Amino acid sequence: MLTDFGSILAFLLVGAIFTAGGLIASWLLRPQRPYAQKLSTYECGEEPIGSPRVRFNIRFYVVALIFLVFEVEVVFLFPWALVFKSFGLFAFLEMVVFLAILVVGYAYVWVKGDLEWDKPMPRYTTADDKTITTIFEEQEESVLH
Amino acid sequence: MENILQLLSNPIVSAVLMALAPLLFILPYALVTIYIEMKMAAHIQNRLAYMQTGWHGTLQPFADILKLLQKEDIIPTAASKFLFILAPYLVFVGTYSSFAVLPFSSAFIGSNIDLGIFFLIAVSSLVVVGLLMSGWASNNKWSLFGALRSAAQIVSYEIPSALAILGVVMVSGTMSTQEMTHFQDGGIGQWIIFGGNLPLWQKLSLIPFMIILFLIYLVSSMAEVNRTPFDIPEAESELVQGYNTEYSGMKFAIFYLAEYANLFLVSAVVVILFFGGWTSPFGTFLSGPVWGAFWFVTKGMLFVCLNIWLRWTLPRLRVDQLMYVSWKVLTPFALLCVLAIGLIVVM
Repeated sequence: MLTDFGSILAFLLVGAIFTAGGLIASWLLRPQRPYAQKLSTYECGEEPIGSPRVRFNIRFYVVALIFLVFEVEVVFLFPWALVFKSFGLFAFLEMVVFLAILVVGYAYVWVKGDLEWDKPMPRYTTADDKTITTIFEEQEESVLH
Repeated sequence: MENILQLLSNPIVSAVLMALAPLLFILPYALVTIYIEMKMAAHIQNRLAYMQTGWHGTLQPFADILKLLQKEDIIPTAASKFLFILAPYLVFVGTYSSFAVLPFSSAFIGSNIDLGIFFLIAVSSLVVVGLLMSGWASNNKWSLFGALRSAAQIVSYEIPSALAILGVVMVSGTMSTQEMTHFQDGGIGQWIIFGGNLPLWQKLSLIPFMIILFLIYLVSSMAEVNRTPFDIPEAESELVQGYNTEYSGMKFAIFYLAEYANLFLVSAVVVILFFGGWTSPFGTFLSGPVWGAFWFVTKGMLFVCLNIWLRWTLPRLRVDQLMYVSWKVLTPFALLCVLAIGLIVVM
C-alpha cells in the first residue's frame, strides 16, 4: 500500500515528467541553427564586459542570516501551536519566554541598522554648485596656462 | 472493463492518476488566466488588448503556446549547461508538488498528510533554489542580480507568511489542509477570518487579529510570487527580465507556467487558511464534493483576479521599501497577532 508521502513522490515525478515532456516536444518541433553571436551572453546588444559573477551587496548575506534565525524559530513554533491548547496557560507563557529571547535579538538587529537597505540618496544641485560651463571654463584655463 | 477497474484499484496507478489531476487543472487554468490578465490589464489602461485571434482574441493564449513550442532554444556558451537545464525542472516541480496538499473538495486531495500546510511552506522553498540556480547558471549579469533579488525577497516575505499560517494553525489546531477546511465547514460565519468554529466571545475577539493576519498573508504572498508591487526581481526597466533573461522557448514557458501555477497556489492557500477552502458560504446549501471543487476554484480565482487587479494598479516598490515592509511592518505585526491569538485561544 502506498503511504501519503508515496503520493507526494508521484506528484514530484509527474511534475518532472511533464517538464521533460514539454522540453522534448519543443526539441522535436523547433529549429536549431546556432552561431557564435546568437549563443553569446545577452548584454543589451553590447559585447559582454568582464565576468558576470561580480561582487554584490553584502546585505544579501545579512538578510539570509536573519531569515535563517527566524525560520528556525517559526519551525519550532509549529509543533507547539498544535498542542498548546491542551497544556493551557503554562505552555503559552513558556512560548512567550522563547519569543522574548528572539525579540531581544530582533531589537538588536533593528537598532544596529541591519534591517535597513541602502536608500538612494538623490543629491540636488544648490546655488553654490559649479555649473558645467564653469567646470568647462576652468578646464580650458588650466590647459591654457 | 473488469481489467480497467482492477488496474484502477492498483494503489500505484491510482496515485499516479491523482497526481495527474491537478496538472489537468493547471493547464486550462493557465490559458484562462493569461487571457484574463491581458484583458484586465488592457481595460485598466483603457485599451483593448488582442482582438484579432478568434472572438475578442480568445485564441491568443493557444497561439502563444504554439509559438513558444516552436521557438529555438538557446543555451549561451558561457552558461553552465547542466544547471541551466535543471533550473526549470526545480522551479516547476517545487510548485507542482505543493498542489499535492491542496484540498480541491472533500473527496479530492492529492495527499492528505498531517503536515499539510507545513509541507507546503517547506516544498515551496525549492522554487527559491531553482531561481538562484537559473540566475547563477545563466552567467549573465541581469540574471544573477535578478535571482539574488528574487531570493532575498522571497526569503524575507516567507517569515511573515509563515507566522500568518502559524496563527491559523493555532486557531484550528491542525496542520492538515483537509481538517483545516472541515474546521471551517458550516457557512460563512465559520470561516477562520470570522474566528472559525469557536465559542462566540473567542470568535468576536479573534476577528480583528484574523483580518490583520489575512492582510499580512495577502501582501507577503504577492511578494512571494514576484508580482508587480513587488516585481523588483524582474524590473524590466533595470534588469531586462530578471533571472530568466537568458531563457527562451519551452524553458521560458515552463518558468511562466510555474509562475501562474504559483499564483493560483498562494490564492488557494489564502482560501484554505481564511475563507473556508471548499466549504459553501451557505452552510449545507450547494455543498458536496462537486460543489466543493466549484467553490474552491471560484474563491481561488477571485484572489487570482485580485492579484491581477493590484498588479496593474500599483507602481513598483523600491528595494529599501520592500525590505522595510517585510522586516519592520509585517513581521512585528505578525508576531503581535500570534501572541494575541495564543492568549485568546488559551483562555
